[in-house]
Amino acid sequence: MMAETAPQSNWVKRIEPWLLLAPMLIVLATVTAWPLARTAYLSFMHASLDDGDLPRFIGFGNYLALMKDGDWWHAVRNTAFFAVISVTLETLAGVAIALLIDSQIKGRGALRAVMLIPWAIPTVVSAQMWQWMLHDQYGVVNALLIKLGFISHGIAWTAGAGTAMAAIIAVDVWQTTPFMVLLILAGLQIIPRDLYEAAKVDGAPGWAQFFYITLPLLWPTLAVAILFRLLDAVRMFDLAYVLSSKSRETATISIYARQQLVDFQDVGYGSAVAMLVFLMISLVAAIYIQITKIRLISE
Amino acid sequence: MADLSLSNVRKAFGALNVLHGIDLKIEDGEFVVFVGPSGCGKSTLLRAIAGLEDISGGDIRIGGEIVNHVPPAERQIAMVFQSYALYPHMDVYTNMAFGLKFAKIPKDEIDRRVRKAASILKLDAVLDRKPGALSGGQRQRVAIGRAIVRQPKAFLFDEPLSNLDAALRVNTRIEIAKLHRELGATMIYVTHDQVEAMTLADKIVVLNAGRIEQVGTPLDLYHAPANLFVAGFIGSPAMNLMEARVSAVADGNMKLSVGEQHISLPYSGAPVAPGATVTVGIRPEHWIPGDGPSVKIEGTVDLVEHLGETSIVYLRLADGQMITVRYPGDIFCTAGDRFVADAPAAAVHLFDAAGQAMLGRRSGPAYGILGQEFRAR
Ligand SMILES: Nc1ncnc2c1ncn2[C@@H]1O[C@H](COP(=O)(O)OP(=O)(O)O)[C@@H](O)[C@H]1O
Ligand SMILES: [Mg+2]
Repeated sequence: MMAETAPQSNWVKRIEPWLLLAPMLIVLATVTAWPLARTAYLSFMHASLDDGDLPRFIGFGNYLALMKDGDWWHAVRNTAFFAVISVTLETLAGVAIALLIDSQIKGRGALRAVMLIPWAIPTVVSAQMWQWMLHDQYGVVNALLIKLGFISHGIAWTAGAGTAMAAIIAVDVWQTTPFMVLLILAGLQIIPRDLYEAAKVDGAPGWAQFFYITLPLLWPTLAVAILFRLLDAVRMFDLAYVLSSKSRETATISIYARQQLVDFQDVGYGSAVAMLVFLMISLVAAIYIQITKIRLISE
Repeated sequence: MADLSLSNVRKAFGALNVLHGIDLKIEDGEFVVFVGPSGCGKSTLLRAIAGLEDISGGDIRIGGEIVNHVPPAERQIAMVFQSYALYPHMDVYTNMAFGLKFAKIPKDEIDRRVRKAASILKLDAVLDRKPGALSGGQRQRVAIGRAIVRQPKAFLFDEPLSNLDAALRVNTRIEIAKLHRELGATMIYVTHDQVEAMTLADKIVVLNAGRIEQVGTPLDLYHAPANLFVAGFIGSPAMNLMEARVSAVADGNMKLSVGEQHISLPYSGAPVAPGATVTVGIRPEHWIPGDGPSVKIEGTVDLVEHLGETSIVYLRLADGQMITVRYPGDIFCTAGDRFVADAPAAAVHLFDAAGQAMLGRRSGPAYGILGQEFRAR
């Protein structure tokens, strides 16, 4: 009996994990691998919906054209600027608010609830909301500033050369800081309290407790939180699209890709842009993980 | 180094009163152990002394100075936490040096102190390791090292051995006792383990439900427990406590009935009305027949445990009360046998209905008599 069942159960054991993984693998293949492969394929073609020609293979032609495309590089610069500034601000604000909530101050329960509201609102809705609030004639922001005497007439925040990007960053910080706070709060709460008591007995003042204990022990959490935000920021689309969609000043690489694909109907060129967006996000993630030595999967 | 005194120290967490007015004096260089069951407030009292917990009333003095509102670092105490609370991201050296950095002590002096502590604690070889790469015993020693380098007025230990295995616990206990002798520093040590308390303390403070039950030397508490709680808490196996009724007090003698049995004790204390209920206490190891006046109790053997160096007999009395008898060496009896347990009257404790000791025993003599008799055998 034993001799007969053993080989069969071995075979079952080998096939079982794959059976369990199969649904997920199939979903991933259809929604991720296939579109990606398709985009990669199209990026090597001249394929436009405009001129009615059949797609034809042009090798790296699209990529070479992109390298000489000033608008593309402008979008890259915009994206990098947006990502660095907004993630930095969100991290600083996130740490500060998380420390506040984690401390024993009164009213921190209310703070925690209120803080989550911006994050619970869909981006398109909050972008539209801010669009109105920042409106040059009817917006509440201008009205307030005029009343307080800072400015004499309304400013077109989302259309101005210098202010559009600042407005987008401000809205992004307003909206995603709660996400940082949540992650950082979780990281703060796994730091054992008695370390702070030991530090108090050791005579470490508050700032030293933060820099010598909180920050190093929070770092693994913080690093992952920053990575999440960074990847989000590099592929940011919705805010810029709603707040100032037509502006070259604020176009991100995702906006630029959409413009090529949808507005100009240039599927081949647009696919090349999309592939570069994908490669840049992967590159950012890879470099970041290398630098911070974070482990996304614990052994 | 300094003496320490607590007067009427209270602590409440919201509506929950945890310490109900603690009065205590701790001399310079003394090794004091707070012992008591879990949840009785030992840690809270220690943390109050450390300054990690604000007290709700009373005064704490260190070296004569009231320190109620002085932050922990300025009380010049060092604390060894139950969890050790080592900084996990710093190596052993940095862990020990951390507190000195803020005391504005020169670098070479810090280095000297850390290396000296490391050599005392045999940590030289692991100075550059992180706590995660140390054994439990080593972590424990790092925690002690972190305290030593600060050269504090007093060391506070909160159950420092509870995370070690049995063998290591005994070793570390001996190391801590040695350390106290070498440093001569005041030490306050919290434990729920009465063996640790007995072996380490100059002075034991028995706590129960936020109150001090008794303060005394280990032998004081063993020989002259002031009340039922201390009698039952100190000593292992625990003291036999038998319900008894006073039948008569006359000619310096008290006659008592334990169930249907009658015993008699020399008694010269406060008058007691016949019919009063009292508790008779006799330690399991004091059931050794002697020549003087003695107390005999008869019962049926329920179970015998042979431990080699001792035998433990569990007796059931006619009225259902159980008695433990601990005999040196072997004893030959089996379950069901009739057994007469016999103890010198000098080893008997008596507690009134309120649980307070009635005999005013002093530490020492009772044990001396028993010990000598035992050796003469
Ligand atoms: N921070 C706190 N908040 C509320 N209750 C507490 C707190 N710390 C301790 N207690 C309570 O105080 C009592 C004594 O606790 P503790 O001093 O830790 O006891 P022990 O160390 O003797 O086991 C317990 O009932 C415990 O639940
Ligand atoms: Mg405790």
